Amino acid sequence: MTHPILETRDLTVRFGGHVAVDAVSCTFRTGELCAIVGPNGAGKTTYFNLISGQIPASAGRVVLNGQDITRAGVSRRCDLGIGRAFQLTNLFPNLTVLENVRLVIQSKRRMGFALFSTAASHVELTNRAEEILDSVRMMPLSGYKVSELSHGNQRKLEVALLIALDPLVYMFDEPTAGMSVDEAPVVLDLIARLKAQTDRTILLVEHKMDVIRSLADRIVVLHNGALAADGAPAEVMASDVVQEAYMGKELDIA
Amino acid sequence: MLVKLLSGDSPRSPLLALILLAILIALAFAPFLFPGIRSVDTAARICIFIVLVASYDLLLGYTGIVSFAHTMFFGMGAYGVALASVHMGRGFDALAVGTLAGAALAAVFAFLIALFSLRVRAIFFAMITLAVASAVAVLVSQLSQITGGEDGLTFLIPRELTPAFRFGDELFGVRLNGKLLNYYLVFLASLALFLLLLRIVNSPFGRVLQAIRENDFRAESIGYRVVAYRTTATCISAAVAAFAGALYAVWIRYVGPDAVLSFDIMLDILLMVVIGGMGTMYGAVIGAVLLLIAQNYLQELMGLGAGAFEGVPILPELLSADRWLLWLGILFVLSVYFFPTGIVGRLRQGR
Ligand SMILES: Nc1ncnc2c1ncn2[C@@H]1O[C@H](COP(=O)(O)OP(=O)(O)O)[C@@H](O)[C@H]1O
Ligand SMILES: [Mg+2]
Repeated sequence: MTHPILETRDLTVRFGGHVAVDAVSCTFRTGELCAIVGPNGAGKTTYFNLISGQIPASAGRVVLNGQDITRAGVSRRCDLGIGRAFQLTNLFPNLTVLENVRLVIQSKRRMGFALFSTAASHVELTNRAEEILDSVRMMPLSGYKVSELSHGNQRKLEVALLIALDPLVYMFDEPTAGMSVDEAPVVLDLIARLKAQTDRTILLVEHKMDVIRSLADRIVVLHNGALAADGAPAEVMASDVVQEAYMGKELDIA
Repeated sequence: MLVKLLSGDSPRSPLLALILLAILIALAFAPFLFPGIRSVDTAARICIFIVLVASYDLLLGYTGIVSFAHTMFFGMGAYGVALASVHMGRGFDALAVGTLAGAALAAVFAFLIALFSLRVRAIFFAMITLAVASAVAVLVSQLSQITGGEDGLTFLIPRELTPAFRFGDELFGVRLNGKLLNYYLVFLASLALFLLLLRIVNSPFGRVLQAIRENDFRAESIGYRVVAYRTTATCISAAVAAFAGALYAVWIRYVGPDAVLSFDIMLDILLMVVIGGMGTMYGAVIGAVLLLIAQNYLQELMGLGAGAFEGVPILPELLSADRWLLWLGILFVLSVYFFPTGIVGRLRQGR
């Protein structure tokens, strides 16, 4: 594939004595969809937190597009092109669906410090937000407060916010967790459509093996915080370490 | 046009719209509708407190920041006007310089407090503001050479704003004098400041503040520098509070620690914003009107009540004018219990 966009070098974090992410070195390339797998507690979410900046690293580096961002704050990393959707739904609950999306677009266009114009007067932001909602088929819900939505729709909105942000690196942390059987495919379809835009890089934490098989260009396996395997799906799935560390457990191998 | 002035933020409840309109008319024509020194004085205080409480709502209701320094910022504006008038001599230039200096000082203080505390944790901010506000209040009482200490400062405002200035005879039985002009200065400036705040909370910036209140963690992760936004909101809120303080000083022609810096004012602001409804701006209007009227007239009403029940056991005791604070407290608890989202929130639900 093309050039490296995101790289972690010996990325490590310790909580007290516990090493949650242990010297993980990995290079992600533009346009690839990389599945990150591992049993619960393997450190997948923590690895994401280190990349998007929610947690400071104890050691190691994060490099985006050749620029060291290990010390950069969360909002700075967002500006530079790291976009994150969360495992536990993390939205603005008392604002409307439309307002949630609008806020993301407003941030992307650096308009947060506009003090003296009304938000409603920026029609272009609203139009763009409606386009996004339309593309994820949530337009009928645009006027609802997020807290009034079903869990499935909140998860979908979580994905929609990331699409609105349109970062260089999309990070999805178990986007279909807790979704019903008919809801999950909608979200996976959205991710597949993103993947079709070849210049976007996607990191996807996912448990369902069939999903990984159909979407991933590459699989990274984390085990006890360390990198256990990294390679093409067929190769990684066949390897002993995965059979032992992951497939062996009675996780939802659909 | 009207919707534009309100920045598209309509009251969203016919009853609320009606009440607000009634208040606007009452305040706009107060000297004519309620002649008498005392009622015009109450009207002016209502105007000023609407601005003060609305500026506090920007922080508490929209950004989710608890501050106990709002009276301090109010006091800075008031002392700014007083000191400028004392040192520069009476005049509009002194009022302008004092107001701007007070607002600038308030913004700088707000900036420093925010810088030192908001980076750590939002709750830390509440404690720091409490400490700084107490320290400043003590300092003002101690530095009597400059501030007049506990006695405060009495000063002269431009003659055009005093009763001694006449510019006509009478209109509808109201004397056309400087006091009337002073009232309209207060009214129009308050109206402008309120509309400005309404614009700010409905701007893209205001939306970011609400997002931060809802979920600061997520706001940061979609690219907003939360500390920068909170700091800016704090500075704006402080500067507007200082403007309100300046208007207050011009109106009462006096400043002193009890009049403009006391913690009682802070409690009043909190009561008004909570009773009116946080995060609505209009709540400031309702809260200020209700509480100031209660404070000014409840005591009398209760005095009357106490007299009426003379001879009945306990009742006169309970209704004695000294107990008005108790009743206010009960009123507060009841209103928070029955209208957790404030009166404005309740009216909007009931639509
Ligand atoms: N903030 C934290 N403090 C202490 N321990 C943590 C923290 N975050 C994660 N951990 C621990 O790190 C390990 C990895 O957690 P996590 O990254 O959530 O795993 P996964 O997402 O792969 O299920 C777990 O043992 C978890 O308890
Ligand atoms: Mg996880």
